Amino acid sequence: MYVTSFLMLIYVFVLAIFVGFELITKVPPTLHTPLMSGSNAISGITIVGALLSAGAEEFTISTILGLLAVIFAMINVVGGYLVTDRMLKMFKKKVR
Amino acid sequence: MNIAIEIIYLIASIFFIFGIKKLGSPKTARKGNLYSSIGMLLAIVVTLSDQHVLTFEWIIIGGVIGSLIGAVLALKIKMTGMPQMVGLLNGFGGGASLFVALSEFYKISPIIPINTGIAIILSLLIGSITFTGSLIAFGKLQGIVTGKVVKYPLQHPFNLLLFILVIGAGVYLLMNPGNVTLVLIITFVSLVLGVLLVLSIGGADMPVAISLLNSYSGIAASTTGFILENNVLIIAGALVGASGIILTLIMCRGMNRSLMNVVLGGWADAGSSDGVSTDQGPKCDVKSVDAEELAMILEVASSVIIVPGYGMAVAQAQHAVRELMLALEAKGINVRFAIHPVAGRMPGHMNVLLAEANVDYEKLFALEDINNDFANTDVVIVIGANDVVNPAARHDKSSPIYGMPILNVDYAKTVVINKRSMNPGYAGIDNELFFGDNSLMFFGDAKDAMGKLTSEIKNL
Repeated sequence: MYVTSFLMLIYVFVLAIFVGFELITKVPPTLHTPLMSGSNAISGITIVGALLSAGAEEFTISTILGLLAVIFAMINVVGGYLVTDRMLKMFKKKVR
Repeated sequence: MNIAIEIIYLIASIFFIFGIKKLGSPKTARKGNLYSSIGMLLAIVVTLSDQHVLTFEWIIIGGVIGSLIGAVLALKIKMTGMPQMVGLLNGFGGGASLFVALSEFYKISPIIPINTGIAIILSLLIGSITFTGSLIAFGKLQGIVTGKVVKYPLQHPFNLLLFILVIGAGVYLLMNPGNVTLVLIITFVSLVLGVLLVLSIGGADMPVAISLLNSYSGIAASTTGFILENNVLIIAGALVGASGIILTLIMCRGMNRSLMNVVLGGWADAGSSDGVSTDQGPKCDVKSVDAEELAMILEVASSVIIVPGYGMAVAQAQHAVRELMLALEAKGINVRFAIHPVAGRMPGHMNVLLAEANVDYEKLFALEDINNDFANTDVVIVIGANDVVNPAARHDKSSPIYGMPILNVDYAKTVVINKRSMNPGYAGIDNELFFGDNSLMFFGDAKDAMGKLTSEIKNL
């Protein structure tokens, strides 16, 4: 049982990599910086793990590490999305 | 496992995928970023309803602190500081994965299934390297850490030794799952490894380093997903990992170098060995031009291509460049921009700066789309770019940049090169472009020089 559930996770990982390759090769060079900061914000998904760690009932060393993880992941998420939006706002087609 | 939570995670993953898909065009990109942030919000909210989340005070404290820091950074940073910003954000992502892995270890130790154990070790390794590596990259871009290639004796064997140490400690940990000392050794050595690996990468190779660290931050998130057996982390992390790898490969291709060559610090030796040809070079043969003369040359041109480089970013000259573009267009001259893939310090660096200065993205052309047009162009203005326009890359087999795809600016009728001085570029090699018959040097700080040129053109 253990092995099959672990294999399922690897399946998901491998397929997601392929989806990523397909999507990202289509992004034009002009958008490479926003792509980087935007995908960076997505990597802040670690926040899910951080919340589970920081929200444990007893206060232990594990909770402290969880708190640090929440801070770091939230900087990543909030900073990443905001700065990407700031950049993308500028990519407008100019009307003359 | 709660089915409702799992389904919401699936929906969040779909939002991420659509978000990235929409990033494929400037018209829909902003909406794409919004979709992706909705996915993130869903994932966060649903996690808070998880039965394992019982206390909220630390979450609230951490969430508020993190959000505030993130918001301040994002809103205060100047567009010219964007490479540092991206570098720093990569680091926080890696750091978060590192802390989650550590926290998870303390929570479940000493009974750790082998697959979780492997995931913890990888998460510690990749998270740590991303964390300290990104901090060093940030330091280099900010000018706190030297932008030069740092070399020390037995560099590669030493790094390899550290890597083997991590793997060895990891294997030992799998056999002794509760051993805290081993976990701390793995973390500490990986942190050192991150510093050393990025320290040896030169300033001009930063686009590669930043993209690679971007990829690591995603893979670190994925490995954390394997620890928690959580699909949304694995999917989101894999998307970012793939994105970073593609950008890394594009950057490497832009320099005609292998990833290995960049990571091991390739160009350092080439620069010094070229000292001989510097002496032979006919330094005095360059023709220089002032703003007034240049304005007269431009007045009779019908097509102009502007080639920006890192020098434009350093001088923060993007707005002055736009003014120049408007002045030229007012005279009926066709103005376009040619952007080399590795111009600047991160992928797409020049595009962001010009977008900030309100230059229409449809005027910006990638190397392969514009390189054949230089021969039919009257004047090319090179602003703070150097190695990416060096013709030696085409024919000089002894040149360290031989084979690198360059913008063929020397094929134009006239090439104007704006530089502060005759110093060589970041690859540390002379540029024969400066000595060409059709080349004119226009010395000065990019911002001042473009400002003067614009007012001369307006006065004609």
